[in-house]
Amino acid sequence: MKIKERGLPLEWIVSKYNYWIYILLMMIGFYAMIGKKNLVKKVIGMNIFQTSIILYFISIGSKKGATIPVVEHGHGGTIQAIQYINPIPHVLMLTAIVVMVSTFGVAMALIIMIYRKYHTIEEDEILKLR
Amino acid sequence: MHLINPEVLQVIAPFEDVIIRTVCRLLIPFIQLYGLYVIAHGAESPGGGFQGGVILGASFILLSLAYDVDEVRKRVSEKKNLIFCSVGLLIYSGIGAVCLALGGNYLNYSRLHHLLPVDPVYARALGIFGIEVGVGITVMAVMVSIFFDLASNHEDQGERTSLGMDR
Amino acid sequence: MTTSSYPILIIIVPLMTSFLIPLVGWWRKRFCYPLMIAALSISTFSSVAILNEVIEQGTLHYYLGNWDPPWGIEYVFDHLNAFVAVIVSVISLLIGISSKSMVEKEFSQKATYFYCLFLLQVTGLLGIVVTGDAFNLYVFLEIASLAGYTLIAIGEDGAPFASFNYMLYGTVGACFYLLGVGYLYIVTGSLNMADLARLLPGLYHSKVVLMAFAFFIVGVAIKMALFPVHVWLPDAYTYAPSAVSSLVAPLTTKVGAYVAIRIMYTIFTPSFTRDLVPAATILSWISASAILFGCILALAQTDLKRMLAYVLVAEMGYIALGIGLANKNGLMGAILHIQNDALMMASLFLVVGVLASKTGFRNIYQFKNIHKKMPITMAIFVVSALSIIGIPPTCGFFSKWYLLLGAIDGHQWFFVAVLLASSLFNAILFFRVIEIVYFSPSEECEHGAGPVGKSLDEAPLSVLIPMILLALGILLLGVLSGKIISTIIQFAIPKGL
Repeated sequence: MKIKERGLPLEWIVSKYNYWIYILLMMIGFYAMIGKKNLVKKVIGMNIFQTSIILYFISIGSKKGATIPVVEHGHGGTIQAIQYINPIPHVLMLTAIVVMVSTFGVAMALIIMIYRKYHTIEEDEILKLR
Repeated sequence: MHLINPEVLQVIAPFEDVIIRTVCRLLIPFIQLYGLYVIAHGAESPGGGFQGGVILGASFILLSLAYDVDEVRKRVSEKKNLIFCSVGLLIYSGIGAVCLALGGNYLNYSRLHHLLPVDPVYARALGIFGIEVGVGITVMAVMVSIFFDLASNHEDQGERTSLGMDR
Repeated sequence: MTTSSYPILIIIVPLMTSFLIPLVGWWRKRFCYPLMIAALSISTFSSVAILNEVIEQGTLHYYLGNWDPPWGIEYVFDHLNAFVAVIVSVISLLIGISSKSMVEKEFSQKATYFYCLFLLQVTGLLGIVVTGDAFNLYVFLEIASLAGYTLIAIGEDGAPFASFNYMLYGTVGACFYLLGVGYLYIVTGSLNMADLARLLPGLYHSKVVLMAFAFFIVGVAIKMALFPVHVWLPDAYTYAPSAVSSLVAPLTTKVGAYVAIRIMYTIFTPSFTRDLVPAATILSWISASAILFGCILALAQTDLKRMLAYVLVAEMGYIALGIGLANKNGLMGAILHIQNDALMMASLFLVVGVLASKTGFRNIYQFKNIHKKMPITMAIFVVSALSIIGIPPTCGFFSKWYLLLGAIDGHQWFFVAVLLASSLFNAILFFRVIEIVYFSPSEECEHGAGPVGKSLDEAPLSVLIPMILLALGILLLGVLSGKIISTIIQFAIPKGL
């Protein structure tokens, strides 16, 4: 595809690559949640869905040439914010990771309950048995 | 697709390996020490309560992978897990409630300087350390509990009655 | 900032008690239930005290950790907040009192965990209502949702699979909400709701804000069970145990509607929602189809609990219609309907729970002449049914009246027709059940004796008293609707409408 001839500015794709990646991951996870019949694959899709959002948040906090937001010992004088990446998205995503792990734990427990009852974890067979 | 019956697997191939057992026995104390380090150094380096708690939980999971799951489960029973869970969370909300009782708002750690012999600014740092310890204990208990629920055969739980309504 | 501690007690007491209950349960099992009731009572008392203060003084603020907003998290109590908080805590107290007999009957060996999760669910719901920070709302939303998935899965045969489906839908909804918060954080740098409301009007032309709004609305619509994405609701609420469905059915979706009001009218002002973007119009058309769809599908059900789940979908359509009409009368009708629908759904699901546990089935056609054995229960059913249909002096009439006034104010004659038609559908629905129960020929009596040869008699007292209180509330709050509107709801309408 000749992008320049169609008039699409290349910078849409190259400079915003983190947005494209997160949307791609999110759609992969979403497809797995909807399209797969196995319950464990659905849960993996849900995990990918949530992970893409975590990746997105982290990517919006980064700055060029900056270091991790930990102030070293014995730092005298003022701190320049331009030298440290934004810590707020990291803090929010810690909570989101905990939520993701808890949801995963609950999902696994539910799958075990379903398996004990129906002896299968394929969605179409469960719907026939119900 | 049917999952493999775990009881059959246990009879065919009980898992025993000298190398894995020895290496795990040597490594697990260091892993736990590192987990405690990560909990305590949340302010100085990447770390904190949740991360350290996961490392501590991973040490128990490694133990149950090297040895028999049900053996480890007898030692770290469901009751102990639940008590750790609740105690960790009560430490977190308890510190906040103590700050509330000492006159400030909830989770206002500077009020802890009435209890501890430090100035209000340093009391905020100690308060955060306290709640990180609580979070670490709870996360360790929850990680171990999730793994045990998934991996064990539930032989020790007796007859499982159905949890539905009698219709 | 307020100096009283009630704003934090309303959250902390159920939260810490839910951590205590597993410890107490391992020690002495009998103390769990009184502990839960005590925690819910303190929470109810705090919420009523806060409502009192808000009526006298205006908006309250409480800063967590003494950090000023927007750097710290704050709890804000204005009229809308305090009103919904009172509704949530009173109803959860009544359902908590009534849960004991159903828990003892259905899953007594897991009673400790049930009470712990019950309190976690109530904490999550109250936290959603109380907080003034957009990300804190996500945290409490996930607490309430996870407790809900687990509670629903304890039920009967189809419950784990229904809860699994609910979990997939609910996670998508919460993640979309989180994405909306993230987009707003990129352009404004703030997470506090009042701060966002201040910073956003200069940015209404940007696409990022539009995308954030879209993500918010879709995420909240999933949680609120609005028409196209309501699919998780009938299965989840039908297969849940009775003690659980009577808690989650009145409250979870209403709190979702409260979040929708906050997003559409507090964070994004009415000039965005109504004038710049046709969001309110789209929402009102979707909600009209929700009302019709819910009523028609409810007519097709013979399982009483499933019928009530579809009626709940229709009721959420009413509230969303009130929000989407975007004028004063419509929004007042929506907020009043949040209160009324919580009461009606709580009493109806309690009635169904009692019927199911006493007789053992839920098919409508097997309840013939059951009013001879359970007169009070069926009387409460009749009162709640009249309220859903919208007959004065029950409270349902007054909220429908305000919704009609709002539709007339906006010159939306189609919505007037939809509201009146849905009342007719509800009348057909509930009078069908009432006719089967009360007016069957007296020799037809299919239910007979209850399970294990026990004779069929009235509901146990711990369930009967909350049901009677709810029915009295439906009648009383209907009569007092004018006072409620003039003291509370009138001031809860955001500026600009």
